[in-house]
Amino acid sequence: MNEIKNIDMVGRGTREGAALFRDWFQDLTEKAEKGETAAYVFVMGSIAEILRVFDLPMVFPEIHSLQTAVRHVADDYINVAEDYGYSPDICGYVKADFAMQMQNGKHPMGQIPKPGIAVLTNACNTYLKWGEIWERIYDIPMVSIDVPATREAGTRTWPGDEQFEREKRYVKTQLKELIELCEKMTGKKFDIDKLREILGHVNTMSTGWKRVMELNQSRPSLFNALTDGTVYLGMSNVFRGTPEGAEFFTRLVEEMEYMSANGIGTLTDEKYRLSFIGVPCYPIFRRFNEMFTEWGGAFVMSTYLWFASGGTNLGVQYDLDNPMDSLAEGVLISVRDAMDSMFHPELTVLDKTNNYNIDGVIYHPIKSCRTTSAGMADNRRALMENSNLPSLFIESDMMDSRVVGEAQMKNRIDAFFEGLASRKAKEAIGA
Amino acid sequence: MTVRVMEEWQGKSLDDILWLCQETVEDTEVTTVKRWREAGGKVLGHFQVYFPEEIAHAAGMLPVKMFGASVETRIADSRFGSYLCSILKTCLEQVLSGRVELDMFVTHPICDAARNLAPIWGRNFDYPCQILYLPQNPNSSYSVQYLKEEYERIQGIIEKVAGQKITNDALRNSITVFNNNRALLRKLYDIKREKPWLVTINEAYTLVAIGGMIPREEHNEILETVIPMIEKRNARKQDRIRVVFEGGFCEQPPLDMLRTVGRSCYVVDDDLLIGLRYLLEDVDVGDDPLNAMAEAYIHKSTYSPVQHDLRKPKEKMLRDRVSNSGAEAVIITAAKMCEPGLEEQVTYTQELEKDDTPYFVSEFEENMTSFDHLEIQLETFVENLMFD
Repeated sequence: MNEIKNIDMVGRGTREGAALFRDWFQDLTEKAEKGETAAYVFVMGSIAEILRVFDLPMVFPEIHSLQTAVRHVADDYINVAEDYGYSPDICGYVKADFAMQMQNGKHPMGQIPKPGIAVLTNACNTYLKWGEIWERIYDIPMVSIDVPATREAGTRTWPGDEQFEREKRYVKTQLKELIELCEKMTGKKFDIDKLREILGHVNTMSTGWKRVMELNQSRPSLFNALTDGTVYLGMSNVFRGTPEGAEFFTRLVEEMEYMSANGIGTLTDEKYRLSFIGVPCYPIFRRFNEMFTEWGGAFVMSTYLWFASGGTNLGVQYDLDNPMDSLAEGVLISVRDAMDSMFHPELTVLDKTNNYNIDGVIYHPIKSCRTTSAGMADNRRALMENSNLPSLFIESDMMDSRVVGEAQMKNRIDAFFEGLASRKAKEAIGA
Repeated sequence: MTVRVMEEWQGKSLDDILWLCQETVEDTEVTTVKRWREAGGKVLGHFQVYFPEEIAHAAGMLPVKMFGASVETRIADSRFGSYLCSILKTCLEQVLSGRVELDMFVTHPICDAARNLAPIWGRNFDYPCQILYLPQNPNSSYSVQYLKEEYERIQGIIEKVAGQKITNDALRNSITVFNNNRALLRKLYDIKREKPWLVTINEAYTLVAIGGMIPREEHNEILETVIPMIEKRNARKQDRIRVVFEGGFCEQPPLDMLRTVGRSCYVVDDDLLIGLRYLLEDVDVGDDPLNAMAEAYIHKSTYSPVQHDLRKPKEKMLRDRVSNSGAEAVIITAAKMCEPGLEEQVTYTQELEKDDTPYFVSEFEENMTSFDHLEIQLETFVENLMFD
């Protein structure tokens, strides 16, 4: 009986995550149909901790947009925005969302409520431009939480450092200003005990998320960081600060621990362990992954799981006895880490290469996201200078199928694996 | 440190000085900076849009505005992927190729691409390559205090590079120099607005741009000499439409493109190199200079697509620029692959359509060399307006 239960455990996270996601979307659709609004937030610093205190439902436009690409309808949305005047060189997420707004929230999975407030951080500058679009369309409050990132590699500051404490005061003031606005908007008084409860759930989720990623050091790897990881990532964002989110990650850790203890891996016959840098290729999400797994390539690590979780990967724990101060500190450390993961990915990748037994690094710069992509070529150059890690650099997009050349991509991926195979063969004979 | 880096311009005619300024701006070897270094000076290069140059100036360094150049990106190309604006690459090329030698580099979180410059430069050079985090929430009650502290932080790094402490007196002196400079630039723009036939768009542009590559005292001397000469210029008003040129806040259009525009339009206001004119009023030379500079940036500054401020909706700001300059139409440009600029094009066109303000939309790249097509389109646009 125990054995059957444990077999069921494998893949449980993906199944449960998908079901919870559908429920969340159904709930949003019902709200949209009733004409209710939502808080529009972003994955890198959603500030869900505060918004949940006021029971504000949250819409993640990045997630809604990427779903259109996964469901192969992104081009329809992008065309609407480009017909309106938006350039082909603008972020595909923004254009898909704009087109959704123009079509009353129409989405392949249902309907998205209109925004009642937009809360964003500076982790991505396009967030700011995106928010300005909603501000114009709906005349809603738009709150930007400015989080100073690392100014130069190797100069991070920490609690107790003068610069850190200064920046924490800036973040804390902004969070308090957001609370005042939410009180005014909702007519609800801020409840510090409710915040504590939410922070507790975030703590559980952060601990779980960090542990899940650590467990992927197992050989064979326990989950595919590109595909399974994206499901977990969605959970980390959408259910942040909820009992469901906390339970999900507790159970996911249980699943991964079980798999690790029993030597159970993914379906890929793992020959090469890969690290992914960038944002996935959503227009051919499944196929993109297959081009690697067909060669025995397993994505064991992905910077996407760091920055797109808003830095939750660090496992930062809030001090429930000092919630506001701790929240400011956590936001500063986590969102800063998300930014660092985009600007200095090679530092963390190099640091983790041995623990994860990485055989190669895949850089995936995309047209839509200059935050993650602008520095990648130089980053790769630095990686090559500082290690013997083979790497592949393939450009495409996360939304726009016009710049996704599958055949060309496959040629380069095949060549990369042929090189990896040759290197392994040489190593085997000691050449 | 008092060093002159421009070629001798004193005693020359207006046309000769303007020619010299143009040659200086188009000099891809950036000889002015080389001369400064040869005299033993240190150089801080700062990327677009705004940088508090007074701090570097007070440390005796030459603040150099990195606004791109017409150079082939032979080395820098390998540091970047596709889908990126040209200015990122040409600025890095200037330094990798040895045309410009820096002691410190600063970029700003103005856009997703520019934020990557500090990490990229940091991987390529040993000197400090910093991001100055200008606040993207200027509406927070803490933003001035935060910015003052950020200025203090960058001041500390500049002091180490310069090898000298920056006193409040030195800062006050620098603020005075820059206040004077901003006043002179306002005067130049007054002429553009009131008598645009006295100074062409490309002439005014070069007069502003040289400020980013020479000591500001020298720039002030040039402007103090040239502006009265322009005011006395014997030029007749011609039959051209008055336009605002928008889209030059970061990457700069080639001078030939500005000449092309100038052949059919009077550019009565623009956002070209807006960072040099970002502060609209004199900065208070009081007890706390850094606080005064922070106050000025937050509360007394103009706008650009890359500064988010709830008090400054870009479309309203453009509308004000158009009405304050008495423009009849707007040229809305954006550098190729410049996401903020391209996004704002939609905002601006939607706004201008509300009252049928004529506008002309275009894209550019700093290394463009052919403008025939643009000229024909622009002439058609202008003729439509003039004979409507």
